[in-house]
Amino acid sequence: MSAEDAPILIAPPGEIAAPANEQIPAPVKGRSLWDDAARRLKRNPAAMISLVVLGVLVLLALLGPLLWVHNVDTIYRDRVAIAPTWANAHWFGTDAQGRDMVARVLFGLGISLMVGVVATFVSLVIGVLWGATAGYLGGWVDNVMMRIVDVIYTVPFIFFVIILMVTFGSNIFLIFVAIGAVEWLTMARIVRGQAITLKHKEFIEAARASGASSWRIITRHIAPNVLGAVIVYATLNIPVVILAESFLSFLGLGVQEPLTSLGQLISGGSKYMDRAPWLLIWPGATMFVTLLCLNFLGDGLRDALDPKER
Amino acid sequence: MTALVLRRLLVAIPTMFFVIAAAFFLMRAAPGGPFDSERQLAPEIEQRVKAAYDLDKPVTVQFGLYLQKIVTGDLGPSLKYKDKSVADIIAEGLPTSAVIGLTSMIVALGLGVALGVAAALRQNMPQDYVVMGLALIGVCVPPLVMGPLLSLVFGVQLAWLPTSGLSRDQYSFRHLLLPVITLALPQIAIISRLMRASMIEAMRSNAVRTARAKGVPEAGVVWRHALPVAILPIVSYLGPAIAGVLTGSFVIESVFQLPGLGRQFITGALTRDYTLVMGVVILYAGLILLLNLLADLLYRALDPRVRT
Repeated sequence: MSAEDAPILIAPPGEIAAPANEQIPAPVKGRSLWDDAARRLKRNPAAMISLVVLGVLVLLALLGPLLWVHNVDTIYRDRVAIAPTWANAHWFGTDAQGRDMVARVLFGLGISLMVGVVATFVSLVIGVLWGATAGYLGGWVDNVMMRIVDVIYTVPFIFFVIILMVTFGSNIFLIFVAIGAVEWLTMARIVRGQAITLKHKEFIEAARASGASSWRIITRHIAPNVLGAVIVYATLNIPVVILAESFLSFLGLGVQEPLTSLGQLISGGSKYMDRAPWLLIWPGATMFVTLLCLNFLGDGLRDALDPKER
Repeated sequence: MTALVLRRLLVAIPTMFFVIAAAFFLMRAAPGGPFDSERQLAPEIEQRVKAAYDLDKPVTVQFGLYLQKIVTGDLGPSLKYKDKSVADIIAEGLPTSAVIGLTSMIVALGLGVALGVAAALRQNMPQDYVVMGLALIGVCVPPLVMGPLLSLVFGVQLAWLPTSGLSRDQYSFRHLLLPVITLALPQIAIISRLMRASMIEAMRSNAVRTARAKGVPEAGVVWRHALPVAILPIVSYLGPAIAGVLTGSFVIESVFQLPGLGRQFITGALTRDYTLVMGVVILYAGLILLLNLLADLLYRALDPRVRT
């Protein structure tokens, strides 16, 4: 990648007229915003360990149910609610119906992660479009759009998610949409703020003055600068969504059988916790590790992508 | 200040209208109705019951009638509980929810601010790491896990505290302890992290440097110069914190079997008790608007820069 291609905070060198007759030095390999961020992230041990652990968790959630000796919904009538044991490879024990907990935790982890990622993506799309439009157009459009955000912001979201789930019956796609549809507000505010600040930045003016097209300005200058904040927010939003889904599961409004999620397993386990604490502890611990890693990674990404914040 | 209050009231009207309309039409769109039960009613009786509650009219007409009613402060009768108005049911559940919610907020603010300041003043020392480590755990252990876990350890294993059975008329310390801790923990964690960051920034500010140069004793620097500035982000976090406690209280009430509003809301939504659901939504939305306004007024009182 040449310096010319790299998104940088000053106008790319190609757009500054070079003094005539002076020898132009051979293009130096530029260090882009992303190279810088990656370098800073690599120096953050907590974030890097979290990244590795998350990678392992994702792999386990994807491959675990296929490779693990027990099936998610196989019922062992002779081995109901047994404590964790090496025998028969019930490492996390079995649940009250006699299903293997390792298989269920891995499967639930996959669903929880999927809910987190997809719902965050939904909120991202709505939030970025809304915020960018408001920030870019400005004026009364901005005013109206952001007042709408203010209004929705004061509404306690849990009510609406509960009413939505009751209204349309709970299925996993609705969970994506319902949670995504209430989590986009912060995203919209962040993107709008960024869009407004960037619009008046000198390097944008410089690019415009040197004849860069709108397309080039948006893709080369605005997008990379907004993307940082978007990625950070998205990473930190995934744990929020996973928690929200677990709330819903606890209230009986989350994902439904035959699907299961960590929240579902936790709420199921809490009913038997005095007799079979492993039903609460293993899904709880898995969720804890997942949320911890996502938070560490999100904090690390924020420090890496936006060093001013520190 | 009067201008701010007036402006907020002007925004509050469309907000409340939006909340009421959205909740109303969503609830009506839900399949089933409040009078579907195991026992099949004769069609003409069902017709009569529906007519008594105006449920036989078109939804838009019902909405108009409902608005007319609530403007006069009447939340209507419950559709599920015979002989009880929505106001009665709310009056039964609200005290429990309010006691738990308020105590949790006070505990969260007190402990969160204290821990955050302590960590900031010992930045990068073992005390700081311990507090921030605990705070991170507080953020990552969901109340769903923390609640049952605490009641397993302290209620069942050690048998120190009751796990459930808070009655409506007596709020004993022992009954409140576990629910309040569970509800406050995530907020303590968030507030202490916020407080630490803003306190560190405040301690590096020019105002603090000037105060030190003037010879103000260190305690005075912390209390009189750094803290009033550093507390501001916490004041603006009050709104989201209130919403967080509210959301959490739904789960806490289920875990510890508390007879609060959250559980009434969920039962109401599941049994299609339209008026009860609407009543709780209106109450909470109004409460949040009011508390946000109070937080803003507090912010203005504390920060002379936003006073105009």
